Amino acid sequence: MNTLEIKNLNVSIEGQSILKDFSLTIPKGEVHALMGPNGTGKSTLAKVMAGHEDYEVKSGGITLDGQNILGEEPDAIAHAGLFLAFQYPLEIPGVSIANFIRAARAARLPEGESINAVEFYKELYQKMDDLKMDRKFTARSLNDGFSGGEKKRCEILQMSMLNPAYCIMDETDSGLDIDALKTVSEGVNLMRGPDRGFLVITHYQRLLDYIVPDVVHVMFDGRIVHSGPAELAQELESKGYDWVKESFATTA
Amino acid sequence: MTSLSENIMNKPANTAAEPIWLTERRAAGLAQYQTLPPPALNDELWRFASVGRLKIDDYAPTGAPSPANAKALLDRSDLVSERAGRSVHADDHSLCFEGLSEELIAKGVLYLPIADALKAHPDLMEQYFLKTTTELGSDKFFGLHAASIRAGTLLYIPKGVEIEQPLVNYYWTSAQGTAVFPHTLIIAEDNAKASVVDIFSSETKENEALNIAVSNLHAATGAKVFRKVVQDWNKQTTSFQLDTTIAGRDAQVKNLAVNIGSERARYENQTRIEGPGADVKMYSITVAEDNQEFDQRTFQTHNAPNAVSDLLYKNALLDQSRTIFSGLIKVAEGAQQTDAYQTNRNLLLDPTAEANALPGLEILANDVRCSHGATTGNLDADELFYMMQRGIPRRTAMQLMVFGFFEEVIEKVDNEELAENLRQLIHKKFEAKIA
Repeated sequence: MNTLEIKNLNVSIEGQSILKDFSLTIPKGEVHALMGPNGTGKSTLAKVMAGHEDYEVKSGGITLDGQNILGEEPDAIAHAGLFLAFQYPLEIPGVSIANFIRAARAARLPEGESINAVEFYKELYQKMDDLKMDRKFTARSLNDGFSGGEKKRCEILQMSMLNPAYCIMDETDSGLDIDALKTVSEGVNLMRGPDRGFLVITHYQRLLDYIVPDVVHVMFDGRIVHSGPAELAQELESKGYDWVKESFATTA
Repeated sequence: MTSLSENIMNKPANTAAEPIWLTERRAAGLAQYQTLPPPALNDELWRFASVGRLKIDDYAPTGAPSPANAKALLDRSDLVSERAGRSVHADDHSLCFEGLSEELIAKGVLYLPIADALKAHPDLMEQYFLKTTTELGSDKFFGLHAASIRAGTLLYIPKGVEIEQPLVNYYWTSAQGTAVFPHTLIIAEDNAKASVVDIFSSETKENEALNIAVSNLHAATGAKVFRKVVQDWNKQTTSFQLDTTIAGRDAQVKNLAVNIGSERARYENQTRIEGPGADVKMYSITVAEDNQEFDQRTFQTHNAPNAVSDLLYKNALLDQSRTIFSGLIKVAEGAQQTDAYQTNRNLLLDPTAEANALPGLEILANDVRCSHGATTGNLDADELFYMMQRGIPRRTAMQLMVFGFFEEVIEKVDNEELAENLRQLIHKKFEAKIA
């Protein structure tokens, strides 16, 4: 039961089929990478898992530790333990990082309990230090005017403050220079452990040099066509996605 | 039904000791009120306003509140605790006038009730009092104000004097059917510095009232003035605020308005730049709900070169509420190197709400930077999804986004206590609303 399980998921948008009988199981304690060419449905998968309402789910199921999350509201899915690090984090003017994370934490507390501000800031500052984020950022509006690297660090900061059971990271490496990539990866690696599962979605192998996966899946045309150990990422990098297309286009 | 002008004439505001020029100005005002036609739909300066909903008859000036009421209102006049002075009025009667420190008095600063200022400084008052109108369509109501004004404050800051803490004026309505005519006159001489907060509130949720307030701000060379207005009348109030700013050379003026209350609120704000290098900011935030109508008319006039005026009006609308923003920038022929900006942002939280925007430019100089823009939109669905993905419930996420929308202006308040009190006022209005 300690798994994130996606079973035979069929999803379309505006009549076009995007995910085709997609299945994937991620046990807690493992990091799975999902690689594939652009337009193959990786980001759709991430959004559907998080409860985005724009997609039409035809059939299939998604469970977290046995609990159904498909069709639930995004906040309920988050409470069930799923965190999505966005490829393009939204800018929210006028809402400070600290207040935002506090609101997210407060929403998880039982009725009548409140957050201890001193402990909250202590923890927040510690995690910002880990991510090499200036503490002054707490008062800044969420992602407002942030560089690409700052936005991604801020995603990892939220992820670590919210302590999810399953982390979905959608193209976290896009827009990062090598230093930011290392910092962000260290932040993720600090969170790895037996009680948490990861799905790292990426187009490039580069991120996987720093976040070494237990399993690599290759996605093509709406489904997983091939899975293997961490070395599969390097193989993909050297052979390129044309190899995927040539090998799997016929079966897809 | 008795008309308001009959009520005014039955209880004249002028006293026997008033100077002749004032008696004349009052008489001219009343004549103006009686002869000018009421606002009409086809009047460009009243476009989109529901003029049919304007009800001003049946109100009349009323007596002073009871000592117990007065005490309660004084206790509630507490939005700003660090201040250089405070005045509290109810139904146009002065409840308290906390004057200035000896030091400021010695420097020649005047902070007085209008009635006292008329007695003690008639020449100064003759020069400035009831002399400036907004040119935005409410001359009729300005006339009524002139005829009826009995409560208000004068703040006069002599050359080079700086006052760090704000002067805080409270204007309450209390009696059923009262008509009030608050007046704030600010005269800042060369290089003087001051800030003023005007707070308009009702004693209860029910007491009906008519407010016709006027504020005239004069900032001389290099003067720095920050005026904040909190309009928190109850929803049984019809309100007019007719505010002007005249900025001299290198003057720096900020106007910031927070609009929460009234059934119907007309807010006119004119800035006239008369000296080169002046810099005037005009900020406003409005929370509109139920059947409220906020009718905002602004005018940025540049009569001198190298000056800046920057306007930002943000409105959030719920239910069947309406807002009208009509803004004009006018740059005179010689006012080269003008920077004039005007931005109106409307956030529609319910499909039944209605935001109207009428931005306008009239530029007679050829070397200027001017921009105007108005946007009207809903809460962003992607932003909402993002916040909810963090586990924040929909309603809380919407609240955070709305408060965030206003924060751009609130953070300019420059007084943490007042800023926090304003946040609370806005939060209170939204508490049960966003569901």
